[in-house]
Amino acid sequence: MTTKDRGFLQALWDFFCSLKLSISLLILLALTSIIGTVIPQVPNIPEEYIRSLSQTKLQLYDKLGFFDMYHSWWFILLLYLLTVNLIACSIKRLPRVWKIISEPTLVMDEGFEKSLSLTHDVKLKGDSAALREKMVSFLTSEFSKPVVTEVDGACHLFAQKSAYSRMGVYVVHLSIIIIFIGAIIGSYFGYKGFVSIVEGESVDTVGLRSGKSIPLGFAVKCEKFSVTFYDTGAPKEFKSILTVLENGKPVPGYVNIPTIVNDPLTYKGITFYQSSYGSASEGGTFYFSVRPRTGGTPVKLTARQGDKVSLPGGGTMQVLEATDEVRNFIPQFSGPAARIEVTTGSGAPQVFIVMRNYPELDEQRGGDMVFTYDGSDQKFYTGLQVAKDPGVWVVWLGCALMVVGICMAFFMSHKRVWIRIANGHVVLGGTASKNPAGFQLQFDSLVDKLSKL
Amino acid sequence: MSSSLLFNVTTFAYLASTVAFFAFLASRNKNLGLAGSGIAFFGFIVQTVAIGLRWQESYAMGHGHAPLSNLYESVVFFSWTIILIFGILDLKYKYRVIGAFVVPFALLGMAWAQLGMNSGIEPLVPALQSNWLLYHVITCFLGYAAFAVACGISIMYLIKERQETTDGNSQAGGVISMFPSIKILDDLNYKAIMIGFPLLTLGIITGAAWANYAWGTYWSWDPKETWSLIVWFVYAAFLHARITRGWVGRRAAILSIIGFAATIFCYLGVNLLLSGLHSYGGGQ
Repeated sequence: MTTKDRGFLQALWDFFCSLKLSISLLILLALTSIIGTVIPQVPNIPEEYIRSLSQTKLQLYDKLGFFDMYHSWWFILLLYLLTVNLIACSIKRLPRVWKIISEPTLVMDEGFEKSLSLTHDVKLKGDSAALREKMVSFLTSEFSKPVVTEVDGACHLFAQKSAYSRMGVYVVHLSIIIIFIGAIIGSYFGYKGFVSIVEGESVDTVGLRSGKSIPLGFAVKCEKFSVTFYDTGAPKEFKSILTVLENGKPVPGYVNIPTIVNDPLTYKGITFYQSSYGSASEGGTFYFSVRPRTGGTPVKLTARQGDKVSLPGGGTMQVLEATDEVRNFIPQFSGPAARIEVTTGSGAPQVFIVMRNYPELDEQRGGDMVFTYDGSDQKFYTGLQVAKDPGVWVVWLGCALMVVGICMAFFMSHKRVWIRIANGHVVLGGTASKNPAGFQLQFDSLVDKLSKL
Repeated sequence: MSSSLLFNVTTFAYLASTVAFFAFLASRNKNLGLAGSGIAFFGFIVQTVAIGLRWQESYAMGHGHAPLSNLYESVVFFSWTIILIFGILDLKYKYRVIGAFVVPFALLGMAWAQLGMNSGIEPLVPALQSNWLLYHVITCFLGYAAFAVACGISIMYLIKERQETTDGNSQAGGVISMFPSIKILDDLNYKAIMIGFPLLTLGIITGAAWANYAWGTYWSWDPKETWSLIVWFVYAAFLHARITRGWVGRRAAILSIIGFAATIFCYLGVNLLLSGLHSYGGGQ
């Protein structure tokens, strides 16, 4: 390797070790992250938004990856640079910090004493052996167990507390790397998808966001779906009753499991989250009763969506649309409802709504025939988010480590105390890696107790 | 007694406290400063009772949940956390004058909530029916509050520093002479952020845990998530800047104010201007 090469490598290494790079990267990440919160991201880009952009803008945004910004090459590059930066910083500084922890300065000579902000000199009676004994037991009971060193007739004591708090920063750095590893595991070995299952039916494949569909290795059946509402009309609970099937047979322990929002179902590392619902588009049959206004026994009618059904007194009726919860459209009412079109021999077709929970309502319409809606066997489908993420535990491990590391780095301080005994003098010195004001109080109380010995 | 009456009392207490602190600044009468703190603490106790009462009232209405579920409740809680963090700093470090720059934030929140928002107790929509709501909201808002306090202190820092540089022979009579020295303000700024940063980190982690539990993704770059990360980046930069020469003091104070601006955008701007999953249970 030539000197020039070494010079370049050294410069590169210094570049990655620099704290200025860290600060720049953090601020750059903060600034660029804003883009994706202002520009819609795939897959939720509204058509109108695309149309509202000029052709040049559209091409520019697309080239820069602004529509999937957090996965664009340059954003990922910034994250990698941050990772390399924090690894380099840690490699550079860790040995020095480790040395402070593992090879502490045991002896406080006069030069070192001058570098300490907190020192105190006390005169105590007794020969040096007795004083030494006294100081060891003093530090052991009031601070922590000291290490004793004899140099040139003077006796030196050193005691420390929470030395490992100096590692806090590196624990946080490590935790970030672990979270990234967890995220990478998740993106390579996991997937996110979606299934919709009609009541009574089952699925054994899941559709991914990429459009691909992959087999689950088992099947999930939706036994039933239900939705309930508060009096205010706000939704209270979306509930799917799910059963897991292996080779068409229910799996014991996974039969009729209620799955609601905030309470998913997990089987073989794949988790199903209640996400949406709707009316199954096909197969519904609607039931009505119709009677003449003048009286008489009601006649039962059965209609499938779109079919024209003959009425007993002539004419036809047809179901235009139906819902299991009319409240979403007409807040004053609740329960199932259908919008129907009735054509009698003469005149234009009439379109009106009938509701199961309000059978008398149609009398007020004033038609010759009074309709009541008896409900339908129309089925719901349930929409479930499906996720498999084997990396998630690695991410949680990283998060836990981060919390521990931050607490170590912020709330714990490496405190060190030295005592030198020579010629009947006891000199006390101390320093702390953080919170000097707090440590001063502790040091003053140590001095206070020492003078009373 | 109803919670809404007590919330009104709270608002007036924070108003009185703010007035007392401003009078303290103008007159330099120590008793006024003491009154400012005392009234703020009285308001805090009333507010604590009111939040408890509102919680109880929600049970009486048949859909009991912690009062942290919509914008009104979150703004009230934010005010409460600001006074809590201010109280801790006031009792510990005794720089009363900081109240003049922090209590107004709490007053602003309470006044906005009481005057401009619908205070009705609403049942929880399915997405919010989880214990994670409590952990997530409490940690986030304590973090936000610490940043609010740090921002107030940073504003004081910039005012104080400006005065010291413009007239070297510091005027004895100025209001600003009551401020702690810039060295102490710089240190207090750091201390407030040292409280806020771990709490924000916990808030993001509990949010991720909840998202993973409810939707199967711990991170989906939703605008709220992204903005919380932006705030985290800014304060992470602040913490690293402190150990670099030349970034202590003025630049740190500016970074702290930018951090709080980002925090407020994360809290309110995202909901009011952008779309996403944190719609506070369907708009206000």
